[in-house]
Amino acid sequence: MSEESTFTLDGRKVPFRDGQTIMAAALAAGVYIPHLCFNPEFPPHGSCRVCLVKVNGRMQASCTAPAMAGQVVQSETEEIREIRRGILQMLFVEGNHVCPACEKSGACQLQAVAYYVGMLAPHYTHFYPRRPVDASHPDALLDFNRCILCELCVRASRDVDGKNVFAVQGRGIKAHLVVNTPSGKLGATDFSLSDKAAQVCPTGTILSKHSGYEIPIGQRLYDRKPINVVGDVAALAVSKGGRRHD
Amino acid sequence: MIESKLKVATCSLCGCFGCHMSLLDLDERLFDLAEKIEFDRSPLTDIKELGECDIGIIEGGIANVENVHTLLEFRARCKVLIAMGACAISGGVPAMRNQYELKDCLEESYTRGTGLVDAQIPNDPEIPLLLDQVHPIHEVVKIDYFLPGCPPSADAIWTFVSQLLAGQPITLPYTQIHYD
Repeated sequence: MSEESTFTLDGRKVPFRDGQTIMAAALAAGVYIPHLCFNPEFPPHGSCRVCLVKVNGRMQASCTAPAMAGQVVQSETEEIREIRRGILQMLFVEGNHVCPACEKSGACQLQAVAYYVGMLAPHYTHFYPRRPVDASHPDALLDFNRCILCELCVRASRDVDGKNVFAVQGRGIKAHLVVNTPSGKLGATDFSLSDKAAQVCPTGTILSKHSGYEIPIGQRLYDRKPINVVGDVAALAVSKGGRRHD
Repeated sequence: MIESKLKVATCSLCGCFGCHMSLLDLDERLFDLAEKIEFDRSPLTDIKELGECDIGIIEGGIANVENVHTLLEFRARCKVLIAMGACAISGGVPAMRNQYELKDCLEESYTRGTGLVDAQIPNDPEIPLLLDQVHPIHEVVKIDYFLPGCPPSADAIWTFVSQLLAGQPITLPYTQIHYD
């Protein structure tokens, strides 16, 4: 490979193709950069900022930053881990993430990334926002308490399923996930568990009804090994403890 | 001369005592622990008055005024204060009541429950007044260490306590960090 087509990531040479982002190149090279709103099956969103890296001394989201020859990229430094931990802590206090009472616990990307960056406590003052739970759909449950506004369900429903079931309404701290129907209820849509939108949530916002807690504690997706080894829950087949339908 | 043992106090505020049960799960390692520490106020000793302590371990968040007073007393008397478990760290399951008005919670339990006779909301002066919301303890006092888990496993408690007593930085292996 020529010198023009590589950058260094934490001292390791990573090849890339023209137009690839730092995240996409790292992923292809098997190097994990923690992320939440990024899913390789969708165009990058750049909103969660967890994939922040230092590119030639400047902080950038690796999922949107184009890879360029000779870049010096830092990811696993204590400075960046500290920033990522702070972002995770803010995400945890902004919603109601009660892991002991969540069916997604153990196979939750938000939780797994928080483990990965070494978050022991949420540090900040909890918002305890009051958000509804939508149980109107016969097969799916929507718990808005756990939404981190990654918009993966919005993108999947609009771009893959062609149903446009979800949207984000409001701005800033008032931004929140809504269902695109006059009643705002999921039960009034043609949403189905086989939709792509049902498989991409990095948290426990969208869950299937009629089953739960089937995998015992100790055997769940992220119980034994961290997310950089196991992979994203949305990328793994249901048979492997993930959410993707093959 | 016998080396003096470190004094450790523990308490459960708005928790379920699951973290204390996990502490007891140390099993025979409790003998090793007893060589190095002595329990002061704790549900395990039934000592009511908190003395000057080296280490305080708090399970549970704060849900009533008595919890707040106990927490402040622990902070004042313990050199090192530890938040143990999901409730102490984030409010945990009890904090799910923060979704509702306190009045609605009380009415749901005490006046709208099934099979109630002479239904009324308990109002005895001996019962500590509830706070309008449940909060984690770091929102009230400074916390020196956080040990997550619901509950933290006995192995996690053992790693934590061993490193703390040895004066080492706390580094838990991956399998011992859990929020549930």
